[in-house]
Amino acid sequence: MSKPFPEPANAERSRLRLVWLQSGGCGGCSMSLLSAEGPDLLTSLEAANIEVLWHPSLSEQSGREVVRLMTRLADGEEPLDILCVEGSVMMGPNGTGRFHLMAGTGQPMMDWIRKLSLRARHVVAVGSCAAFGGMTAAGDNHVEATGLSHDGKRAGGLLGADFRGLAGLPVINIAGCPIHPGWLTETLHQISAGRFSDKDLDEWSRPLSYARHLVHHGCSRNEFYEYKASAERLCDQGCMMENLGCKGTQAKADCNIRAWNGSGSCLDGNYPCINCTAPEFEEPGHEFARTPKIAGIPVGLPTDMPKAWFVALASLSKAATPPRLKENATRDHYAPKPDRKGKAGS
Amino acid sequence: MTRLIVGPFNRVEGDLEVRIDCKGGEVVNAEVVTPLYRGFERILLGKPPMDALVYAPRICGICSVSQSVAAAMALADTMKVELPSNGELAINLVHATENVADHLTHFYLFFMPDFARATYKNEPWYDETADRFVAIRGTAAEDMLPARAQFMHMMGILAGKWPHTLSIQPGGSTRSVDGGEVVRLMAILAAFRKFLERTLFGDKLERIANLSSEAELVAWAAERSVTSSDFRRFLHVSSALGLNCLGRSTGAFLSYGAYGTQGNSLFRMGTFAAGDTGSMDVEGITEDLSSSWYRSGVTSEAPAAGTTVPDADKDGAYSWCKAPRLGGSVMEVGALARQLVNGHPLIRDLVGRHGGSVHARVVARLLEIAIVVQAMERWAAGLVIGERYIAHAGLPDQAEGIGLTEAARGSLGHWLSIEKGRIANYQIIAPTTWNFSPRDQSGVPGPLEQALVGAPVREGEEDPVSVQHIVRSFDPCMVCTVH
Ligand code: SF4
Repeated sequence: MSKPFPEPANAERSRLRLVWLQSGGCGGCSMSLLSAEGPDLLTSLEAANIEVLWHPSLSEQSGREVVRLMTRLADGEEPLDILCVEGSVMMGPNGTGRFHLMAGTGQPMMDWIRKLSLRARHVVAVGSCAAFGGMTAAGDNHVEATGLSHDGKRAGGLLGADFRGLAGLPVINIAGCPIHPGWLTETLHQISAGRFSDKDLDEWSRPLSYARHLVHHGCSRNEFYEYKASAERLCDQGCMMENLGCKGTQAKADCNIRAWNGSGSCLDGNYPCINCTAPEFEEPGHEFARTPKIAGIPVGLPTDMPKAWFVALASLSKAATPPRLKENATRDHYAPKPDRKGKAGS
Repeated sequence: MTRLIVGPFNRVEGDLEVRIDCKGGEVVNAEVVTPLYRGFERILLGKPPMDALVYAPRICGICSVSQSVAAAMALADTMKVELPSNGELAINLVHATENVADHLTHFYLFFMPDFARATYKNEPWYDETADRFVAIRGTAAEDMLPARAQFMHMMGILAGKWPHTLSIQPGGSTRSVDGGEVVRLMAILAAFRKFLERTLFGDKLERIANLSSEAELVAWAAERSVTSSDFRRFLHVSSALGLNCLGRSTGAFLSYGAYGTQGNSLFRMGTFAAGDTGSMDVEGITEDLSSSWYRSGVTSEAPAAGTTVPDADKDGAYSWCKAPRLGGSVMEVGALARQLVNGHPLIRDLVGRHGGSVHARVVARLLEIAIVVQAMERWAAGLVIGERYIAHAGLPDQAEGIGLTEAARGSLGHWLSIEKGRIANYQIIAPTTWNFSPRDQSGVPGPLEQALVGAPVREGEEDPVSVQHIVRSFDPCMVCTVH
């Protein structure tokens, strides 16, 4: 049984103190967070009883004040409940961390992240960069970008595989490029309510609240998928798995259940899922929007389905595709209406 | 002479350090240090060219769509593909949504909270201003965040999500919208207009966009009480603090122009200096590496042949930012530059009288919100139901392409070269690379470095508030600056 929420005498409880550091990322997770709705970001944090000690885009304090705050936290003079890190840890060149010296301190940001992580009750990696290295670790990774406790698929990263926050949990990876605002606000709220445990994390330490789903769940193209009625070009209405590189059947996230910016998702935008919540998504080994195939069969079929079955079912369903789907699969507007006789009407 | 190291700066996108020398109560010399290097230009080498559309937006989470637009334009340049009208309008709408939202974020969350600093607590305007704009607890953010989030529903409909969409392609937009969706876009714009007119401006967008001189602006502000709108609040504080004399930069401005519609564009491309417009010679753009932590055989490179070889130990260098120059000159970019080049009479008048200042930069940004939202209404109405949004074309094995556009904070360029079907070179010059550039081979400081000279430093200030205002008036994006 899950723990009851604390008594509503919330105002009496001391607020959870949160610090947010940014390093080798694009800042897009913070920007995505500003689009939080129902309620807005600041109200969400307030509802979760969180006090933002410092966030690079939101706080007033700059310069010396911030350096002093960081120093007090690093020295353990003040408690730190939640440390959020956004962006990869920059370990280069040659492990020195000089590709990112924290302004005003002359010290590598990776050292600040390490020092604060050791003092924090919970450490949260915000976005795939902080979780696994992400985009910044693409290509030859000459900058030595890594995640907090994973370097791509390898456990380790800056803090090591065995790292635990003072409250006993591993680094919580809110993976995504960018994150959906709800993935983070919900997790923070659960932490704050004392209702978040390691049972709430998946194999990559991502919160199950969003990673228990596949992107494929709720995709408006599911009917096209069933009949293998496939899109051929970006803009077509059909399923994007066969030709356009869609990884929705393998990717863990609830993007088609929980709308982005009111109503959207990548799939709804008519472009494929690139599995941005997974480690090493940044180097897929093929062109992102083109499905690699062997003998005409896509590699990277749904993970939990025997390949022979998939191929057999696919050819069967392809043979049974209603004309309505077949035609719409390669159109940019959904045109013919469903017709009772199974014929395409207009 | 005392030296101050100011940083970390927050409420700028990314990390930034400014070193200033002060004497006699003012800044006499400044060095702007961009302390983070990520290496995107190297990441892109050897990739399939179309993958630039996945990598490039992730250079920056706040100008993500601008990065997509520049990359798509560079690719389109190599493919010689033309966008159908709907595609152009859809991309304009997505791009404008980002740029307008960025202007709003800058004003409410990044710039105004500095006036709630304790250093101003004895000013007569302090209490009301602090109440409204203080970081995190201010009433303004409470009004603005829901309005902004609802405005971003434009992205949900047209681009799937924000940031980092893949809907923007060389031949147009992947997402076609139907009749019901078009009116939803219009309804979102109407709701946003209401917020702007009621809360930000306290007047019709048309009225704001048509203000044509400093005198008219001052008279307009005096029509109603200071607290009747956030723009009036800003104008009041700005005049009390003399922000029109603070933070003047080089006097030379550049805009690549933006928002094309079938051969025309809402904002034109060109330069502006000493009261005159000039044409823009793309060939005249170079990046100087003298003060930047990069190794190269030459001091200055044309972007099409540019290199990115980091060298953290280089003597005499102090920033990861390169130093872009146009015909050898320092140029300022941003909303102020765009409106000067485009000839807006209010902005020309402000700059003619006082130079490009903190005040003029903020006014130009807010004015642009009023202009662009009206254009968005026209673009949404111009979408033709049933017509195509995208043209598809093949990619050449060998080609060069350039993509030039405007992000909220200024001119953004991508230079792409394709060989054997792969990316052979990719160079990016971002807006803040122009504005926050370090010194070049002749020792000429960049725009911000120049703008900081003369800034007042009060007795005992560790992080001079004037420096905070000047830095933020450029709406810097440090993650773009060094990519
Ligand atoms: S487009 Fe992708 S997510 Fe949608 S049905 Fe096809 S495979 Fe699933």
